[in-house]
Amino acid sequence: MNSFTGFVIKEFKQIYRDTRTLMVLFGMPVIMLILFGFAIRNEVTNANIAVLDLSKDEVTREIIRKLEASKAFELSDYLESYDEVEQRFREGNIKEVVVFEPDFGNKLGKEGQADVQVITDATDPNLANIVQSYTGAILLDHVREMNANGMDGKVGINVLTKMQYNPELKSVNLFVPGLIAVILMLVSALMTSISITREKEMGNMEILLVSPLKPYHIILGKVLPYLVLSVVNVITILVLSKFIFQVPFRGNLVLFFAESTLFIVTALSLGVFISSVANNQQTAMMVSLAGLLLPTLLLSGFIFPVSSMPLPLQVISNIIPAKWFLIIVRGIMLKGAGITLLWKETLILVVIALLFIVLSLKKFKVRLQ
Amino acid sequence: MADSVIVTKDLTRVFGDFTAVDAITMDIKKGEIFGFLGANGAGKTTAMKMLTGLLTPSSGEASVSGYDVFTESEKIKKRIGYMSQKFSLYDDLTPMENIQFYGGVYGLYGKELKQKSEELIRSLGLQDKRSSLVGSLPLGWKQKLAFAISIIHDPGIVFLDEPTGGVDPITRRQFWERIYEASDRGITVFVTTHYMDEAEYCDRVSIMVDGRIEAMDSPEGLKASFNTSTIEDVFIQLARKAERGDE
Repeated sequence: MNSFTGFVIKEFKQIYRDTRTLMVLFGMPVIMLILFGFAIRNEVTNANIAVLDLSKDEVTREIIRKLEASKAFELSDYLESYDEVEQRFREGNIKEVVVFEPDFGNKLGKEGQADVQVITDATDPNLANIVQSYTGAILLDHVREMNANGMDGKVGINVLTKMQYNPELKSVNLFVPGLIAVILMLVSALMTSISITREKEMGNMEILLVSPLKPYHIILGKVLPYLVLSVVNVITILVLSKFIFQVPFRGNLVLFFAESTLFIVTALSLGVFISSVANNQQTAMMVSLAGLLLPTLLLSGFIFPVSSMPLPLQVISNIIPAKWFLIIVRGIMLKGAGITLLWKETLILVVIALLFIVLSLKKFKVRLQ
Repeated sequence: MADSVIVTKDLTRVFGDFTAVDAITMDIKKGEIFGFLGANGAGKTTAMKMLTGLLTPSSGEASVSGYDVFTESEKIKKRIGYMSQKFSLYDDLTPMENIQFYGGVYGLYGKELKQKSEELIRSLGLQDKRSSLVGSLPLGWKQKLAFAISIIHDPGIVFLDEPTGGVDPITRRQFWERIYEASDRGITVFVTTHYMDEAEYCDRVSIMVDGRIEAMDSPEGLKASFNTSTIEDVFIQLARKAERGDE
C-alpha cells in the first residue's frame, strides 16, 4: 500500500508541475462555462425586423407596438411595398419581415380571421425558427387579449403555452448539465489516456511493469488523481453556474455527486481503454477527441436534441454515456428528480461503466503478455 | 550450479509463425557481468522480456534468482532491477523525488528509504542539483542516476537494456565503473549493448543471431576461437549470416 501512496503522490506532483495540464484541468471548465453561458445562446435578443403594414389600422398598430416592445426584436424599418422585402433581406440587416394583409383589422373583426405573413431569413435556420416562433407567440398573445376584451368571442385561436422547468428559456440552464458532462469526459478520459500513454512513450511504463507493482495498482494510481480533480471541477462548475448564471439546483446534492462519480468512473475506464490501444500521446489525444469528445458534444443531446436526429444517430446515441448522464443531471438540477425517476438511466450508466472497466482491464492485461 | 542466478534451457518465444527467440540456453553466475549482444531484430529484447517477467515464454525452461519464470514472475520482480534504453526517470520530478518514488515502488520506506536516498545523492555528487528537475540534467548523469535507482533495492540481478546509448566514451567509461562496483557487491549484471568496446568489459559475452545464441564465451575466448583481435570482428562474422532484418 505504501508504494501505491507513493505512486499517487508522484502523479499529483507531475500534474501540479505541468502547466499545460493545469490549464486544461482548471482553465478549461471556467472558460467553457463562460463561453457557453454568455456567448452561445439559443434565445434571441435584438433581432432586426421590418414591418410591411398594408392595412395601417388600429389593430396592426397595436400588434406592431407589441413587437417593438419585445426584447427579442429591434424594429428597424417600415416598408412600403413587397418589392422592398427581398432587397432588405439581401442587404442582410433584417432577420424577419412581418406583413399584414390589406384591411387586416376589419377582416379580423368581421370574419374572425386575418392573415399575417412572417418571412424570415433562413440562411441561419436556427435563428429564423426562433424569431418566427417569438413572432407567433406575440400575435397569439394579442389575439387572446382581444378575446378577453369581449370582442365577440370567436376571434382566432386561443393557445396557451407554458415553458415548464425553464420558463425564461435560458439556454444556460440547458448548457450547464451538458457542460458538466463534456468537462468530465475531457478531464477524465482525455487526461488519463494521455498521462498513461506518456508513461509508455517515455519508457517509464516498462519499468513499472517490471517492478513489483501490480497492474491494477498502476491503473488505480493513474486514475485516482483525476477522479479527485474531476470532482473538484464539478464543484467549480456548480458554484460558478449558481452565482454567475443563477442556474437553479432543485434536486438532491448527494444523489448528484453520486451520479457524477459514476459518470467519472465510466469516463476514466474509457480513458484507460484508449491508453491501452494507443501507443503515443498524439494517438491517445486524437482518439479521445474524435471518439469521445465529439460524440459527447454532438450526440448526447447537449447541443442538438436527440429526438430530432435521424434514426441511425438516435440509435448510436444510446451507447454514449453522456446522453444518459445528461438526462440525469438535467433531471436533478432543473426538475429536482430523485432516484425513483432516474433509476433507469442510472442503471444504463452502471452497465456501460462496468462494460468498459472489464474491457479496459482485459485490454491492459493483454498488453502485458 | 550452486550460485547460478539465471538459468535457461531451450527457452523459446514464438509470435504467430515467427520464432523471435529460438531455444536459447545459458547459465549465468552470481556477480557475473554478462554481455548480451546481437544485431537489431536478433531477439535480444524478447529474451530480456521473458527473463524479467514481461512476456511469457512459449516453451523451454528458465529460472531467475531461483524462481521459475512461468509460475513465479511476481517473486522474480522483487529481486531484479531493470533499466531500459529510454532512460526511465521522470523528467518533471527532481532526482530526490525519482529516487523516493522508485524506492517506494520496490518496497523501501521510512528511515531506510530516506537514508538510501541521501546516500545515493551523495555518491552521485548531486547535492547541489537536488531541487532541479531531472529534465535539466545532462544525459550521462541521468543514466547514472537511473542505474543507481535500478539497484536501490539491492537486487540479485540487474537487467540493463542498452543503458549507455547516446553518450560519449568517457561518460560510458564512468558508467561502466558503476557497473563494476555493483558486480563487486555481488549483483549480477545482464547487459545488452551496441558498443563493442563495452562488450570487452564483460566477463562473458553471448552473441545472438536470428533468435539463436551463436557464440558464448569470455571476450578473450571468443577472440581466440574466431581468430580475431576484437569482439567487433567476431560480431561482424556472425551477424553477417543473419537472414532477418530489423524487427
